[in-house]
Amino acid sequence: MTPPGTVLLEARDLSVGYDRPLLRGLNLQLVAGRVTTLLGPNGAGKSTVLRALGESRLRLAGRVWQRPGFRLGLLAQTADGQIELPLNGRELLALTGASPAGLPPWLSACLDWRLDRLSGGQLQYLRFWSIAAAPFDCLCLDEPGNNLDARGLAALRAWLQAPPHGRAVVLVTHDASLVDAARQDVIRIAP
Amino acid sequence: MNVDLLFDPLFRLPFLTGLLLAAWLPVLGLYLRLRGEWLAVLGVAQLASAGALGGAVLGVPAVLGGAGAGVLAALAKWGLKLSRDSAYAAMLLLGWAAAVGVMSNHPLAEHAARAVFDGQLYFTGGGHLAAALAVLGVGAAVLIRAHRALMRARVHPALGPPGDGVRLAFDLVVGASVGVAILSLGVMATFALAFVPAWRVFGTAPSWRAALRRAVAIGLIAYVAGFALALVLDQPFGPAGVAAVLAGAWLAPPWRGLAGGASGTR
Repeated sequence: MTPPGTVLLEARDLSVGYDRPLLRGLNLQLVAGRVTTLLGPNGAGKSTVLRALGESRLRLAGRVWQRPGFRLGLLAQTADGQIELPLNGRELLALTGASPAGLPPWLSACLDWRLDRLSGGQLQYLRFWSIAAAPFDCLCLDEPGNNLDARGLAALRAWLQAPPHGRAVVLVTHDASLVDAARQDVIRIAP
Repeated sequence: MNVDLLFDPLFRLPFLTGLLLAAWLPVLGLYLRLRGEWLAVLGVAQLASAGALGGAVLGVPAVLGGAGAGVLAALAKWGLKLSRDSAYAAMLLLGWAAAVGVMSNHPLAEHAARAVFDGQLYFTGGGHLAAALAVLGVGAAVLIRAHRALMRARVHPALGPPGDGVRLAFDLVVGASVGVAILSLGVMATFALAFVPAWRVFGTAPSWRAALRRAVAIGLIAYVAGFALALVLDQPFGPAGVAAVLAGAWLAPPWRGLAGGASGTR
């Protein structure tokens, strides 16, 4: 396990985007054991930053250093791929090597259900868990609170207050209660 | 109608060849459907049929010509990185035009054409069985290793697409399998076995493992029924096989109640 405080990724003067930069001059350091929250309005490029951490083609300028063997897990906002697919929760977790141990009881009971038979909130928390409990060094969570009810949000807040040791977390959210729960490094992004 | 034919040792080898393919094609069909590439079977099958006919004209064994053309089609798709549906539609048209062109101008291609389009399973020999065993063995090994990458690309696309090696290996398995299958079962029976069972179970099976089991079960039951029907009625396997696969899928239990959760919540 990576010791807490270890720098896992460092970005300097990073510009990200597709045909042209959406965001310029971002400096970012991801440290094991810390949660970094990206805040900003819709369209500011927060999700693109998350993707760019894993996809070099989205980095248009700047430098990114990664610790050797660095593995990045990214939870995307949408779950289109899980619709109309004969896959149950247990199989979803196995795909990323995530352990079901630690899942809230209200979700453990549904692990043998098809993903498209779960409610939107159940599916969202299971998707989150399939990344959060997998052996990644950095967990990039793009709007993990989408579709979650009060019970799901409470479980997510509890997880953010004590994230796994040895891993860096990057959180993108508009939910103030999740920002408060993370309470660590905050980067504000302006378009 | 001659029921005794069912027990004639002459047809044991063809039966076994078809049985292997009937178990394998539904599995391949599930992964193709997972990747949104179910049309690939038809596109590759048409190109492979043109290859088999071309091979017959040049004196190459048909099963080698078909498998070779299927592999070449897979390589072209992989190398050119064509958008999926467009690539398969182009393969389908190109393969059909080439096959009809060869068939119309070379008498030697006519016999091979009957095997490809009618599905002359009963005239297959040891070479076909060996080829079916090879694609099943190699294909199963590839899918066992590629399963996680292929599935993750669908459910967690943000984690990245499968590597080039995985994609190439999968495409080659599809090309070779379809190329071998059309020479035994015929183009449309091959397509039916790859498409229909996967389509039938995709929306209802409670898990991927269950989907694999059910698709293979539909394929095998339908194949045995189609084989017996064609033999007893003295018909080519292709049309009987397609009819049996469609009937098997229609008669298969709905299974929806076992999928878990509150139906219709999503």
